[in-house]
Amino acid sequence: MAEQLEVKELEQVVVRFSGDSGDGMQLAGNIFSTVSATVGNGISTFPDYPADIRAPQGSLTGVSGFQVHIGAGKVYTPGDLCDVLVTMNAAALKTQLKYSKPQATIIIDTDSFGPKDLEKAQFKTADYLGEMGIDPDRVIQCPLTTMVKECLKDSGMDNKAMLKCRNMFALGLVCWLFNRDLELVNNFLREKFAKKPAIAENNIKVVQAGFDYGHNTHSSVPATYRIESKSKVAGRYMDITGNKATAYGLIAAAEKAGLRLYLGSYPITPATDILHELSKHKSCGVITVQCEDEISGCASAVGASFAGALACTSTSGPGICLKSEAMNLAVIDELPLVIVDVQRGGPSTGLPTKSEQTDLLQALYGRNGESPMPVIAALSPTDCFDAAYEASKIALEHLTPVILLTDAFVANGSAAWKLPKMEELPAIQPHYVTPEMKGNYTPYFRDEETKVRYWAIPGQEGYTHILGGLEKDGKTGAISTDPENHDLMCRLRAEKVAKIPVPDLLVEGDADDADLLIVGFGSTYGHLHAAMDELRGKGNKIALAQFKYINPLPKNTAEVLMKYKKVVVAEQNLGQLAAYLRTKVDGFVPYQFNQVKGQPFVVSELVKAFKELIIKN
Amino acid sequence: MSYTAQDYKKGQPRWCPGCGDHFFLASLHKAMAEVGVAPHNMAVISGIGCSSRLPYYVNTYAMQTIHGRAASIATGAKVVNPDLCIWQVSGDGDGLAIGGNHFIHAMRRNIDLNMILLNNRIYGLTKGQYSPTSPRGFVSKSSPYGTVEDPFRPAELCFGARGKFFARSVATDAAETQAILKAAYEHKGAAVCEILQNCVIFNDGCHESVYTKEGRKKNAIYVRHGQKLVFGENDEYGIVQNGFGLKVVRLGEDGYTLRDVLIHDAHCEDDTLQLKLAMMSNEDGFPIALGVIRDVEAPTYDQAVHAQLAEVSAQKKYHNFTELLNTNDTWEVK
Repeated sequence: MAEQLEVKELEQVVVRFSGDSGDGMQLAGNIFSTVSATVGNGISTFPDYPADIRAPQGSLTGVSGFQVHIGAGKVYTPGDLCDVLVTMNAAALKTQLKYSKPQATIIIDTDSFGPKDLEKAQFKTADYLGEMGIDPDRVIQCPLTTMVKECLKDSGMDNKAMLKCRNMFALGLVCWLFNRDLELVNNFLREKFAKKPAIAENNIKVVQAGFDYGHNTHSSVPATYRIESKSKVAGRYMDITGNKATAYGLIAAAEKAGLRLYLGSYPITPATDILHELSKHKSCGVITVQCEDEISGCASAVGASFAGALACTSTSGPGICLKSEAMNLAVIDELPLVIVDVQRGGPSTGLPTKSEQTDLLQALYGRNGESPMPVIAALSPTDCFDAAYEASKIALEHLTPVILLTDAFVANGSAAWKLPKMEELPAIQPHYVTPEMKGNYTPYFRDEETKVRYWAIPGQEGYTHILGGLEKDGKTGAISTDPENHDLMCRLRAEKVAKIPVPDLLVEGDADDADLLIVGFGSTYGHLHAAMDELRGKGNKIALAQFKYINPLPKNTAEVLMKYKKVVVAEQNLGQLAAYLRTKVDGFVPYQFNQVKGQPFVVSELVKAFKELIIKN
Repeated sequence: MSYTAQDYKKGQPRWCPGCGDHFFLASLHKAMAEVGVAPHNMAVISGIGCSSRLPYYVNTYAMQTIHGRAASIATGAKVVNPDLCIWQVSGDGDGLAIGGNHFIHAMRRNIDLNMILLNNRIYGLTKGQYSPTSPRGFVSKSSPYGTVEDPFRPAELCFGARGKFFARSVATDAAETQAILKAAYEHKGAAVCEILQNCVIFNDGCHESVYTKEGRKKNAIYVRHGQKLVFGENDEYGIVQNGFGLKVVRLGEDGYTLRDVLIHDAHCEDDTLQLKLAMMSNEDGFPIALGVIRDVEAPTYDQAVHAQLAEVSAQKKYHNFTELLNTNDTWEVK
């Protein structure tokens, strides 16, 4: 037996699982993050998968990664570079090394580094470590495939089925490295494969073998690690992705409002999981229609809204282009509608699986005519729940379409989420007609204060009316081309949206005396927060204001933006939020940090850029 | 409670004098009263075009929406509110050009909509461009030298998209129009009523051969389920099968008698002969078929959606958000 290894305590660690698209890296990563969350660690995950459905096996384009960030306290991002890189084949090593720290531990399956594998991965020699400049001392070289087959030789499984368990061996090794309790993994697998106990037990066996391999050989690591849990908030938790949280937010909102939830949608990466998720929950009364196109997805939702549902449509940027016509119908009809835009790289088809914030101006302005529309951007995977709930609340209470902006990063990323209690969620009161209006109702009669019209649902006697895409007389509801009426209606629709109450902009960090205020919106919250924390930790005075409500803007926006000597607007586009804020706040001239790489921000790059701004004269 | 056409009337139509839309609207009001669904339980949903102004003239819930999307909007409304009786109104441009995709998919899904297709083979509201039902060679403002493309024949599209109901009438033929509207209402599923109508300004005379009662006697055949396919001033002609096709015969000539004449079967699942009837044209020496050409029962989309909701609800153990949360793998942090 080898000697006992030292166990080091870490504040945080980033593990990246990588392999072929079919290697089950996401499952291994998910189990590892869930098990960590179960013991109270902070978690944040992010999948990085290729656009090809199934690129050729072992090819460079077919590599998919799944990154897990685990911390003793709260973690805000999936991490920049990883501390442990699992590479299931040569192509993964070739493409993923750049996501690891210089001294990261690398786990490789030596069985997948044969001459053919190396050729596919475009290695020139058999010395792949040398070629990549990797010190062998930090590599756990393990004949992983051989060991998995050996472990399962009596299982009766065929070769293909056995190979599918390779991810579990890697998981076992990582669990050993971080001193994870395998019982938690076993429970997870038994639940996941509840209907296929044999598969569960075989997987458990392989996880154990991976764990034991690490334990028995000590591999080539100087120590194993432990991440304790600090700053825990008591409660019941689950791991949730942004898309699932969005779907849950919509379900909760419909139930709170006492309405049926309708989703009209068309498959599009990276939004499709919302359609998948909602399609499952028919027992909660959710109706989903997979429409013939994006146009119909939105148009059918407008029809569902007219008929009295909480109506939603989900898509990504290219779909918004097609839906904008029907979105505009909801603007002039003043019908509640939630449009979820899971942003991806553009323009056009762009980078379907990658993340950007480039649809902001499209969301705000991308329609004909004066077309005011509330825009909300979710801050994190778990915030997608709150944002979807709030978007629904605004839509129903103010009779307006609302755009919810998320993106591939928050949609596919996951984090531990404290389960909400239905009774603690804010009430949703759709702006219905009143009994007094029966018989003399016209559709554009409004609440004097909020300018919100009243919602009459077909089937109600005494409220028949017509809505439509043509401008209407504000009093009678009849078609009108009267110039004064149109001018008034445009102003009323704008005023209605402008009057929607939203929470004040929160300033975090050195709110009173920051030398630099970071401004961002939506999903970059985690990265910007992490950058701020790091800079504050080094003694800098810095603050962060992250916009979630973009239209209307929080009332204190100008006050916050004009308070600090230096402000930088950091966004994953070429300056859309900065441009928007400049039209809204007189004299606001920020610095800008812009990246459009399809990848999340890198905290170290943010830190460097912000530090330069702080010391700049 | 019984209703009269008056209960469904609203406003003063603004179509050109003599427009087929006037005739159709009057028939629709009467048909609505006849089916007896209360105005507040009906919705009329249209797109854009002359005929899509129709919802402004009905005293029901209504939407005049955006170009081509009426079928989609109606689909969303019907699926969340299946008790609503929906009349979806489109013209040939709205329904078959910009809205062609929605038209065929509404057919395929078989959602319970009464889909009215007012076909005047022209874009009227934009002042006279050829439409997807204009014949090849049609001269219009946008085809000054004649079109070089073939038209859609609505029945063919409907049948090709697995349509279960297709009926046709002429706008000026009030009795038949009311009859097919009522049949469309009674049919559960997507029911297409093609209304042949004149555009007095931009395509005058486009359905001339059947626009008058006299014309229809000579040039049209009223098809009736279970009855012989005979027509003419004195029912002197009949439709017989001829190989893979149809043929018009004069009864008592060439050895043909009433016994040889086909009996119309609107309920036959196989649409081969129904399609042949629907395709008959005066140009090919046939009468134009009017009436309910196809009317086959099939599960409707809206019913199936709600049946599945009930079925899944009965199987699953969670029925609200809180119960849904508890279906996940969760853990307690103390």
